[in-house]
Amino acid sequence: MLEHLELFFRSIFVDNMVFAVFLGMCSYLAVSKKVSTAVGLGAAVIFVLGVTVPLNWLLDKYLLQDGALVWLGPEYADYDLSFLSFILFIATIATMVQLVEIVVEKFSPSLYNSLGIFLPLIAVNCAILGGSLFMQTREIPNIGLALNYGVSSGIGWFLAILAIAAIREKIRYSNVPAPLRGLGITFIITGLMGIGFQSFGGMLTGDNEPPEETQNTTVETKEDKEIKKEIDDTEKAVSYNEAVNK
Amino acid sequence: MALLSKKDANLIKDPLADNNPITIQVLGICSALAITAELKASVVMAVSVLFVLGVGNVVISLIRNIIPAKIRIIVQLVVVASLVIIVDQVLKAFAYELSKTLSVFVGLIITNCIIMGRFEAFALGNGPWKSFLDGIGNALGYGVILVIVGFFRELLGSGTLFGMKVLGDPVTKTGLYSIGYENNGFMIIPPAALIVVGIIIWVQRSRNRELIEEA
Repeated sequence: MLEHLELFFRSIFVDNMVFAVFLGMCSYLAVSKKVSTAVGLGAAVIFVLGVTVPLNWLLDKYLLQDGALVWLGPEYADYDLSFLSFILFIATIATMVQLVEIVVEKFSPSLYNSLGIFLPLIAVNCAILGGSLFMQTREIPNIGLALNYGVSSGIGWFLAILAIAAIREKIRYSNVPAPLRGLGITFIITGLMGIGFQSFGGMLTGDNEPPEETQNTTVETKEDKEIKKEIDDTEKAVSYNEAVNK
Repeated sequence: MALLSKKDANLIKDPLADNNPITIQVLGICSALAITAELKASVVMAVSVLFVLGVGNVVISLIRNIIPAKIRIIVQLVVVASLVIIVDQVLKAFAYELSKTLSVFVGLIITNCIIMGRFEAFALGNGPWKSFLDGIGNALGYGVILVIVGFFRELLGSGTLFGMKVLGDPVTKTGLYSIGYENNGFMIIPPAALIVVGIIIWVQRSRNRELIEEA
């Protein structure tokens, strides 16, 4: 139970899809002009992530991992098909999105009307494939956690796009320098929001290691800076995996 | 450029500046931001996208007349995914450390909007040679921004370029550090990339005021 809670809050706040790893930025920037459309796309992302991450977890576990084919018989134990994961994951996502679209259209026309137009967009949203790939590299241990990870990353993405859409609706009345209008100011606001979200790094202090995110803002001695720099250089990209495994 | 007609040359030149995929078309932001803390990773990412987009555009252009319109997205995804698998395997074989740094972002080239965007907007309606030039041009435009962001973030954040200490040694206090210069840790954290790109957009649109968006 505790690990579920920890993963849930970590995925929403600490490893937020938009602010920490920049996934799904394209649709985040393109569809955030109005709050109502942002809510529709956000809901669709939560839904699709919640479906595809557990499915891809099953694929990864029983088909792709080193030795995953052992359930077919001992002679298959040596196969490592992990190089195929990109193509299988994206195929799962594309078919699932299509399938979800058909099912929703048939059984819930009202939901289809609000989500429908966003679903085809989602097949090529990096947040969806990113969710599955991070699930794979972080070695999420069971399908319950995979489902949790999918849904909570989706919620994190939803919060981000909701927030920026609300800000962009308000900023229309502000006097932004002309060259920054539109895209430029959105980038900078997202950056500032990202810095704000970094403060959540200290939220889950059950770990033994100090969260890297907050180190940058504290005053340190020279030695600390050096150590921190090395950590940053070498482990920046893998730190997310470690953090979740801990 | 004597080989190319003026129109063909524009296919390469336009995306480098006034029709840049990142700052103007707003495509392919995801990977552009996450891996630019170091210059080396940025360059490798740019080259990978160059390969995938160049080859992918040609392949899609060659088969554009036999793809059924309804399933074209899936066909495109399969083409990109196969090319990305090649890139990923090559990186794992020859630059293992780097492929660790890039982690999932190599795989995310598949969903890089630049690639799907160029397939849809250009390769499906043009011949292979033009598509190839368009692919190269857009990938270069993407690469330029990546390298600029990577350059500033690594230089200001760690005081290095390609891992070499160009500003002196911060421990022994040589070079710039001897007069009290400090690295800016802020540039290393992810949100800094967004702000750097925002500033690039600002500079570009101040220079060419036609690009300014309507309020």
